[in-house]
Amino acid sequence: MAYATKDKAGRPVIAVTGIGIITSLGTGKEDNWKKLVAGQSGIRRITRFPTDGLRTTIAGTVDHEYEPGMAPSVMTEKIARTVGEEAIAQAGIGSKGRFPGPLFLAMAPIELEWPHRFDLAGATGANETVSYADLVRVATQPRFAPYFEMSKYGIVGEHLADHFGTEGSPISLTTACASGGTAIQLGVETIRRGDCEVALAIGADTSVTPESLVRFSLLSALSAQNDPPEQTSKPFSKNRDGFVLAEGAAALVLESMEHAQARGAKILGIVQGCGEKSDNFHRTRSSPNGRPIIGCMQNAFTDAGISPDDVDYINAHGTSTPENDKMEYTGVAAVFGERAQRVPISSNKSMIGHTLTAAGAVEAVFTLLTIQNQRIPPTINHKVPDPAIPLDVVPNVARDAKIRTAISNSFGFGGQNVCLVLAGEPA
Amino acid sequence: MSPRREVWITGVGFISSLGEGLEANWARLSAGNSTPSYDDQKFAPFIVHPLAPVSFDSQIPKKGDQRQMELWQRIGVYAAGLALSNAGVAGNAEILDRMDMITAAGGGERDIAVDSAILSGIRTAANPGAFLNERLLSDLRPTLFLAQLPNLLAGNISIVHGIVGSSRTFMGEEAAGVDAMRLTFERVAAGQSDISLVGSAFHGTRWDLLLVTELAGNLLKDKFAPVWDRGQHGGLALASMGASLVVESKEHAEKRGAKPLARIVAIQSDRNRRKPGEIEATIAREWAAIEPKVKRSEAVVISGASGLEPPTAEEKNALKKIGLPVRATGTHIGHGFDTQFLANLAIACETLRQGKLFPASGSGDTGESPGKITQVAVTSVGNWRGEGIGLIEKIA
Repeated sequence: MAYATKDKAGRPVIAVTGIGIITSLGTGKEDNWKKLVAGQSGIRRITRFPTDGLRTTIAGTVDHEYEPGMAPSVMTEKIARTVGEEAIAQAGIGSKGRFPGPLFLAMAPIELEWPHRFDLAGATGANETVSYADLVRVATQPRFAPYFEMSKYGIVGEHLADHFGTEGSPISLTTACASGGTAIQLGVETIRRGDCEVALAIGADTSVTPESLVRFSLLSALSAQNDPPEQTSKPFSKNRDGFVLAEGAAALVLESMEHAQARGAKILGIVQGCGEKSDNFHRTRSSPNGRPIIGCMQNAFTDAGISPDDVDYINAHGTSTPENDKMEYTGVAAVFGERAQRVPISSNKSMIGHTLTAAGAVEAVFTLLTIQNQRIPPTINHKVPDPAIPLDVVPNVARDAKIRTAISNSFGFGGQNVCLVLAGEPA
Repeated sequence: MSPRREVWITGVGFISSLGEGLEANWARLSAGNSTPSYDDQKFAPFIVHPLAPVSFDSQIPKKGDQRQMELWQRIGVYAAGLALSNAGVAGNAEILDRMDMITAAGGGERDIAVDSAILSGIRTAANPGAFLNERLLSDLRPTLFLAQLPNLLAGNISIVHGIVGSSRTFMGEEAAGVDAMRLTFERVAAGQSDISLVGSAFHGTRWDLLLVTELAGNLLKDKFAPVWDRGQHGGLALASMGASLVVESKEHAEKRGAKPLARIVAIQSDRNRRKPGEIEATIAREWAAIEPKVKRSEAVVISGASGLEPPTAEEKNALKKIGLPVRATGTHIGHGFDTQFLANLAIACETLRQGKLFPASGSGDTGESPGKITQVAVTSVGNWRGEGIGLIEKIA
């Protein structure tokens, strides 16, 4: 069946022609999908560094891609490159080292890491106390020169742009936990403007370090139920107590439908619309009335030219924090009305944890696989339902379903919310 | 595809080492180098441009909000407030509810005392890993994380000023600033946004930034000189500054009776690998793309040169070939990374309003102010990456 090349608003339809993914479950879409619908958890004990004294000692680490001593920015680049290669190979676009469009990269902020600071401190020769002035004094020693580029925010995007041969200035961005969705949205907007026919959107996050764990712990955002690790993340359950920090990456090749069909590319799905709405209530908490979350979903429907009745599945933000899941329910209930209890909604984070800036991209890829396979991955660890959240969370076991249109929600610290409308075969 | 719309700048907010607001900055720029704003004592031998005194209360009335932010965020929220007021949309809930925002932001300041105590103590710790975990857990302030996250500049602008249409944060120093402006311009031109704020803040006078900058030996030290004349390796003077612009479609601005400060003609950004000659070639290529729209007799260049070499010399060569009168702001306000391009666009808006250039300072500040200025080109040459150029013009 041929797809239309223009949407109801006369804009180019945006096809997805390639996807790639890495999570704690594995590398590549086949492996990930198999484990995801089997309800397998990727959450495990942290072995990469000592966890003595930490409240949280588990995470969704991507241990199978980690190499000893790897700095987070280096690992982010590695997994971003791997998912990008998978997506571009599937799309069959461009040639080696020449991707014919821009790069939008969602990633965590970069800074010097503790091992770097320890190296610098060791060179100071200071006896009692080590000050920053001491570190600056030794900074120009040639052996520390590589740390300069490692401290650059743009370094990952720069290396990826070199590797893939993307066009123009690579955009590195963050909207906290909504970043992956924002990267996709930026790609969609660029193609809709007619600036390009194809764009590469990647989200990658490898924030599992002692300091990240402490920072999120201090915000009371992380679960401290460390045993057993695979049962910690329990979105929408009454006994949920926080999210599980996780690593992951995903890539999407976005392409105008006209361009994709002209070259005979296989269409994996379409990004029908994107919605945003910021929350100015509080730095880490959502507006109690749910207005921004509601507005975000409604904006996505408007952009996609659909109504809530068209939505067959909701890929939840579903972090497993008491606050998020309650507010997501409030938003879904308001938007979907009496239908809210019947639309299946599930959280991938129950299995892979919260991949932070990558989550929007990772879960968009899983949503596309959900539509493609007509099978909904479960919300695992759902043993104690929360009576305040009467939703069909697809508890514990995957389920076959007829899904043409789905939404994927991402809500970030700092109030940045994104909702994507993804669809499969034309109606 | 709908036809491109005309895009205006209708509000500017700017603070720097020279002062608070465009007029104060212009007054100091017009005085040339008579009252320099740099400090060569506090971080001696390094030279920096600290922020001029600013009364944050006027744009961030709640002390509780101020306490939740580190200085870089307060600078950015303050500049955003100035821009919204200047555009006449501050407090306009209907507009702010659908206003879009792109910020260019790096991270916030680390807790220098905590870091130093850890670096000092870990050498004698029995179990270094456990020591690090314990100290971080007991010494880091919970609010510090939020004060460091790049996207929390935008988050705080939403909270304090009420912009909630959308919010995106670009990271990557000078390139982030140029691309934030470029995509804002393109979105408004294409009808994807009617009104947007593009903003950035940089707090450069702090030890953790001195450290990462000096890893490449890039700090200006010992003796101050204009950006063009800083010797073989050159050096940049870290600065604190905040800049925001309200960018709006002509139709939207006219409908609400807003006065334009300038029309945006083009914003170009590109990437190069910084091999010898590539910066010059990139600027030349970007210039070639906008040149057909330039009215040479009435156009000038505001340069974003940082004072680092060889980038500054390459830019100087490129600008020499372009042949328009040039003024670099870095000599006066220092270098503010993510914020520099927006700061220079703000100064470019004031240059259009004043109709003249500020006095020359250093060997690259070439040419006389033409009798009439109707166009200003603004360059960006980053400390590491980030070559861009923008062209704005006066609306008759």
